[in-house]
Amino acid sequence: MNEKYGRITREGIWDNNVVFAQMLALCPLLAVTSTATNGLGMGLASTAVMLLANIIVSSVRHLISPEVRIPVYIVLIATLVTLVDMSLNAWAHELYKVLGLFIALIVVNCAILGRVESFASKNSVPDAALDGLMMGMGFTLALVALGGVREILGSGTLFANAHLLLGSAFAFLEITIIPDYKGFLLMILPPGGFMALGFILAAKRLYDRRRAERAAAVVAVAGQEA
Amino acid sequence: MKLEALRAKLGYQAMLLGSVALLTSAALAFASLVTGPDIKAAEEADLKQSLTQVLPGSYDNELLKDTVTLPGADGEVLAWRARNKGKVEAVVYRVTGYGYSGAIVCVMGISREGKILGVRVIKHAETPGLGDKIEPAKADWIHSFAGKWLGEPPIDKWAVKKDGGVFDQFAGATITPRAVVKAVKEGLQFFDANKMQLLDEAGEGK
Repeated sequence: MNEKYGRITREGIWDNNVVFAQMLALCPLLAVTSTATNGLGMGLASTAVMLLANIIVSSVRHLISPEVRIPVYIVLIATLVTLVDMSLNAWAHELYKVLGLFIALIVVNCAILGRVESFASKNSVPDAALDGLMMGMGFTLALVALGGVREILGSGTLFANAHLLLGSAFAFLEITIIPDYKGFLLMILPPGGFMALGFILAAKRLYDRRRAERAAAVVAVAGQEA
Repeated sequence: MKLEALRAKLGYQAMLLGSVALLTSAALAFASLVTGPDIKAAEEADLKQSLTQVLPGSYDNELLKDTVTLPGADGEVLAWRARNKGKVEAVVYRVTGYGYSGAIVCVMGISREGKILGVRVIKHAETPGLGDKIEPAKADWIHSFAGKWLGEPPIDKWAVKKDGGVFDQFAGATITPRAVVKAVKEGLQFFDANKMQLLDEAGEGK
């Protein structure tokens, strides 16, 4: 049982990461990651929607006819996003002013429909909830990593304006990495996002391949000894 | 098993879609009803906050309710008036400039003498890290307008330094501050052109 949850966690965060492995949700990814803080905000909001969508779809999965499942999922996800949007606007207005732009973008995040379709519609509620949470965390990780790289190279800071998103208690996160930096516009504009993403993807592939080679070598050695 | 047979029926699928649509619409309508007043209050508080930022000092009227609408260069301009004992001490209105990526909406407060009390950008889509230095949270630039009027600097110096004016531009971004300076200058000219109505003195027989 624990092994299953461990596998779902690993899949969501690394092995089957929304961005780095599935290559989904690139549109919101590239649009918002000009800073690490924006990435974090988008990641947290997407995680909440992903978690709720997975739970709801999983709990009604026996009632939904396969023929009409896609419209049902889309209506459910769009409703969830609108609900999150309205409640943030009403009760967390300061946060909404920072995140407002990104919330509506969550509807077009194909990763959410993807998880609902490929996981929540076939698995039990606790599994689906964990999957939604972990996929969301993996997405957040990708957003913060890309946002961080672009922010450091583009503006010389890290987590600038984090206090607007997380409250003044998190102002310590705001670091100036390169003082008196003149800025590198390319990294902040969308082409810089593509380039940074390309390098991060290449690094992950390289790391995964090295790891697989090492594992294969260990198996080979063990095989020879046996 | 019975459910599976039912799920394949066209009628069930139509019912399913219909009820999902109905339920989600009901949820949205309910949420809109619940959040509506709070959203309106938060937006009014936002507006009031952005207005009072460009209006130092205290006034004894209900700022949000004391408005006047005047024809401006691009459509009607809604101005808020701050009074003390019935006399208009300052006016606030929105001005719009067109920057690198679309409209930059600012509010500006002007004293009855025609001097700028303050300018704030309330909406823009300029490049993050470059053009967004017009926000007070990112840089002090927007404060450089306070105390200025159409004679100080002289009207032909109301431009960014690159265009021979007195206002700083940002490294890597000239279009954005140029647009804001132009919008503020036009705002001052609007004040001069409509002084009587803005200060509510049209009836005093000047």
